[in-house]
Amino acid sequence: MSQIVRPYGDTTGDGMVQVSFTLPIPHDKIAEGAAAQLANKMGIDPALVVHAKPMGDGFTFFVVYGRVNHLVDVSKVEIVERDYPLLTPKEANAAIKRTMRRRLVVVGGCIGTDAHTVGIDAILNIKGFAGEKGLEYYRELKVVNLGAQVSVPRLVERARQEKADAVLVSQVVTQRDAHLLNTREMSAAFRESYPADRRPLLVVGGPRFDETMATELGVDRVFTRGTTPGEVASFIVHRITQRKAS
Amino acid sequence: MSPDRRKGKLGLDPAEIRKARSLARTVGRPIVSLAKKHTTVSVERATLRLAGLQGADADGIPWVNRLADVVRADLHDSDPGGGLAHGVALPVWDALRRGEAEDLSTLAQKASAGSVRFRLPEGRDEKAASTAARTAVGRGIKRIDARRRERERMIAKVGDAPRTPWIYLIVATGDIYEDIPQAQAAAREGADVIAVIRSTGQSLLDYVPEGATREGFAGTYATQENFRLMRAALDDTSRELGRYIRLTNYASGLCMPEIAALAGLERLDMMLNDSMYGILFRDINPIRTFVDQRFSRQIHARAGIIINTGEDNYLTTADAVEAAHTVTTSQLLNEYFAKEAGLEDWQLGLGHAFEIDPEVPDSFRLELAHAMLARDLFPKAPLKWMPPTRHMTGDVFKGYLLDGFFNLVGALTGQGILLVGMMTEAVMTPWISDRDLALQNVRYVMNAAGSLHEDFRPRDGGFIQHRAHAVLEEASGLLLDIQGRGGGLLDAIADGTFGLMKRPPDQGRGLDGVAKKSRAYYNPASELLEAK
Repeated sequence: MSQIVRPYGDTTGDGMVQVSFTLPIPHDKIAEGAAAQLANKMGIDPALVVHAKPMGDGFTFFVVYGRVNHLVDVSKVEIVERDYPLLTPKEANAAIKRTMRRRLVVVGGCIGTDAHTVGIDAILNIKGFAGEKGLEYYRELKVVNLGAQVSVPRLVERARQEKADAVLVSQVVTQRDAHLLNTREMSAAFRESYPADRRPLLVVGGPRFDETMATELGVDRVFTRGTTPGEVASFIVHRITQRKAS
Repeated sequence: MSPDRRKGKLGLDPAEIRKARSLARTVGRPIVSLAKKHTTVSVERATLRLAGLQGADADGIPWVNRLADVVRADLHDSDPGGGLAHGVALPVWDALRRGEAEDLSTLAQKASAGSVRFRLPEGRDEKAASTAARTAVGRGIKRIDARRRERERMIAKVGDAPRTPWIYLIVATGDIYEDIPQAQAAAREGADVIAVIRSTGQSLLDYVPEGATREGFAGTYATQENFRLMRAALDDTSRELGRYIRLTNYASGLCMPEIAALAGLERLDMMLNDSMYGILFRDINPIRTFVDQRFSRQIHARAGIIINTGEDNYLTTADAVEAAHTVTTSQLLNEYFAKEAGLEDWQLGLGHAFEIDPEVPDSFRLELAHAMLARDLFPKAPLKWMPPTRHMTGDVFKGYLLDGFFNLVGALTGQGILLVGMMTEAVMTPWISDRDLALQNVRYVMNAAGSLHEDFRPRDGGFIQHRAHAVLEEASGLLLDIQGRGGGLLDAIADGTFGLMKRPPDQGRGLDGVAKKSRAYYNPASELLEAK
């Protein structure tokens, strides 16, 4: 079933959007016309250039409002569906106890040169994120947070030492796709050092990742902006307990 | 207590303030004596840099590293307690006196080729080596002094930033030749201070890269040549704009003393230089950090550089309300360590940040209370006010509002240095329009409310005063608790007191570069810097 929608300003079907951008030209009437032309080409018609301001030498900033002629077919949107049930910490603990009969070990850290631990800490630290407690709060999870700037060999070594069931890697600040390079290096190192059926679950997360890239990056799951500890815990518990059961 | 004796806008009890300071002194003193008893590879390399040793070998390893490593290995072989323990100055200038090479640079090259043996000179040889070392290193210190006078002359000639807070903007392209036009553009748009963010990971390099660099990750390498190029470009812009544009970099990480020395030699104006940041956030060994810290602060004191401390970072990991007193505690410690190293009040850019969750009721009043507490506790220090990062989301509109409130607290509490908040924080590195909008935000608030602090005084016994008093009391309580531990501050750091990070003194990066000083230890730089 197709479900067609348009952007909504203040009336159903008005198609109104707002964009802002900078053009590398000085501010004059031509510049405003150029902004309107760009907006037209983006499908905004009519385009109303409501604000134009010079910025620095030879740059102009614009705010444009207007109607887009595009239609959105909601039924054709592709996303990564959550294919695991959301568990409360209590349910997660019970599931681990039932199937593993020991604590589930999670090793986490930031790899590469990234020193920003906000992501991994939000998921692992007891304090948590978005009102949910972090993984350290789960009685049946043993969490080893290696912190920032962990090298890939060290991550593998610690994962082996701790007999990790799952490895969590966060990449926050990245430039020139470093987060993708680092992740590929990481997944390759784990593939090399473990037999396929013994490899820990590999999970990466960060604001710049694309959820659909898991296979391409050689990991089991990619989490993006806004992921909560409960989602990560549920995913890990679901996959590991399933693996044990099969 | 009569109201006239109470301090500042918050009516803090001077006795409470004295108590907090004296506790910070008690807690800090053992750390200073620990620092005095040790040296590090980076302190020794900084000494060689002050004596003029520059450049790197074909692999890009600096000659200071090569030379220090050979000296360390030779002295360790001849005296197992040796190695670094005597410092590099005596063996190096002894070798020069023995005619092993005509200058430091040649000596470093010969040493790394294995054709020089170093020894610890004794008696008259020791005396002669120490005199020669003192002369050579003294030339570097004189150059730092000259750079400081040059800054003072230039400010007198072209003019200073017209008002406070100074507007602090960050440049970070990875390429020094891209950074320069961006920094100049930022200055033209209103920045008073330009900070060149370092490449991620430089703090963990145990050497300072050489030359002009064009490749970095999320920042540009701090090198002597990059410092020189940027300072020269900003000198041009300062003349063009009729106000001196200050340049900031980072004296942190494993090479902190060397970077401080290079900053002094190349007339940088402000340096990030926190007493505990490297321990907590980079897992650098605590002793290494405290030793490197003291030396680098002595250099900054001498060079007339303003330091920026990093308390804002604690609030990125710990809760900004619950952990507010750890910021105050750290500021008091940073102040003690800074003054002990010779820095003056005007050089203390003590850090704090606007990081309370905007969903918390009264979050703005709490922010105001905390910022005002810092102002009243350190009335002569140019506090550094850091914008929200933790509660910035992809909602750039809400972020813009939050930055406006951040600027307002800055105006109300007379901050000395204001790091401009970007609405795209946590989304991407700022675009040209983000920076322009952010500066408009600052300008609007400063034009509209820049002098509001003249009218504004929190009500006696009201929410803000009450909160500030409570935070000061908790800070004193924490210092008292640290003092009461057997292992003092090192124990508290090991325990996760600051930023929730646990860092024991026998672990962390760079520990193998620390040595206990021997009786024979001599470092002319320390001697000259202590003498001031």
